[in-house]
Amino acid sequence: MEIKTEKYHICYDRETATVSFSGSLRLSGPEEYQPITQLLGDVADTQTEKIILNLQQLEFLNSSGISMLSKFIIEMRKKPGVQMTVQGSKSVAWQGKSLKNLQRLMPALVVELV
Amino acid sequence: MNQIFGNFIEPTPSQEYLIIGFSPSSIPLKQRWRNNGLSADFLADYLTTFFPGSQEDASALTRQAEVKSAVSYIANELLENAMKFNDENSHYPIDIKLQLEKDGLIFSVANSIPASAVEDFQGYIQKLLICDPSEMYIEQLEKNAADENCTASGLGLLTMLNDYSAKMGWKFETVQQDPEVIAVTTMVQLIL
Repeated sequence: MEIKTEKYHICYDRETATVSFSGSLRLSGPEEYQPITQLLGDVADTQTEKIILNLQQLEFLNSSGISMLSKFIIEMRKKPGVQMTVQGSKSVAWQGKSLKNLQRLMPALVVELV
Repeated sequence: MNQIFGNFIEPTPSQEYLIIGFSPSSIPLKQRWRNNGLSADFLADYLTTFFPGSQEDASALTRQAEVKSAVSYIANELLENAMKFNDENSHYPIDIKLQLEKDGLIFSVANSIPASAVEDFQGYIQKLLICDPSEMYIEQLEKNAADENCTASGLGLLTMLNDYSAKMGWKFETVQQDPEVIAVTTMVQLIL
C-alpha cells in the first residue's frame, strides 16, 4: 500500500507493521485526507499486534492532518491489544511540539523522538 | 462595526515586514490551496535571515529550525482559515503580514467574513480566550473523531495557543456599506 504525490509519500511495510510518512501534508480537509484515512484503516484491519507510524521524514503536517492522525489514534483505542508507536524526529520542530498531544489521547501510545 | 477581542494591538511602524496579498475571486479556492503552503514557507525562509544559524553553533541552528517551523505552521494555518472563511461574495482582498519585532513576531491576516457568520465566530473567539487550551484541544480532537461528517478540524487556532503559546487578538470592522462588507483581522503574537 502506497500513496505518492509531488508533495508527500506514504508507504506501508507489512513485515515491520510500519507506515512511513514523508514530505509535507497540507490537504484542505477530511475529504482530501480520506485516502490516507483509508490506508490507515486497512493497516489496522491486517495488523493484530502492533502498528508503527514513522513520521520522521514528515516535514510538515497541518491542523487537518493532525486531526486525521488523532482520529486514527482514537479509533485504535478500541483495539487495546495492538501496541501503537509513533516515531518522530527531534530535528523536525513541529513534532517536538505537537506529537506529545497524541499520547494524551492514548496513554499506552509509545512516542519515540530520536 | 468596530470590535476588538483578545490581544490585538494596532501595529506600530516596523523596520522589517512582509505582506503577501491575494485576490480571492481571481481563481477558485481549490486551485489556490497550494499557495497557502508556498506563501507560509516563503515567509518562514525569508525570516531565517534574522535568525542566523551556523554549523559550529548547534543551539543557533536548532533555534533557526524552530522559528522556521513555527512561522511555516502558523502562517499556513492562518491563510487556510482566511481562504476557508472568507466571504465569497466580496472582492475584499486577503492579506498576510509578518512583522519582526525586538522580542518576537506578529502575524496579521485580514479577510472578509459573511455578516451571518460573525456571531458564531465571535462566540468561538470568546470561548478560546477563556479556555484552558490544552483541555479544549483534547476535547476538540475527541469531538472531531466522534463526528462522522466533520468538515473542519477546528484545531488551527487551538494548536497555536496550545503548542506555540501564541497570544491572539481579533479586530472586526465594517469596511464597506451597501452592500456591507465586514473584515476581520486575526493577530497572532509569537514571543521568541
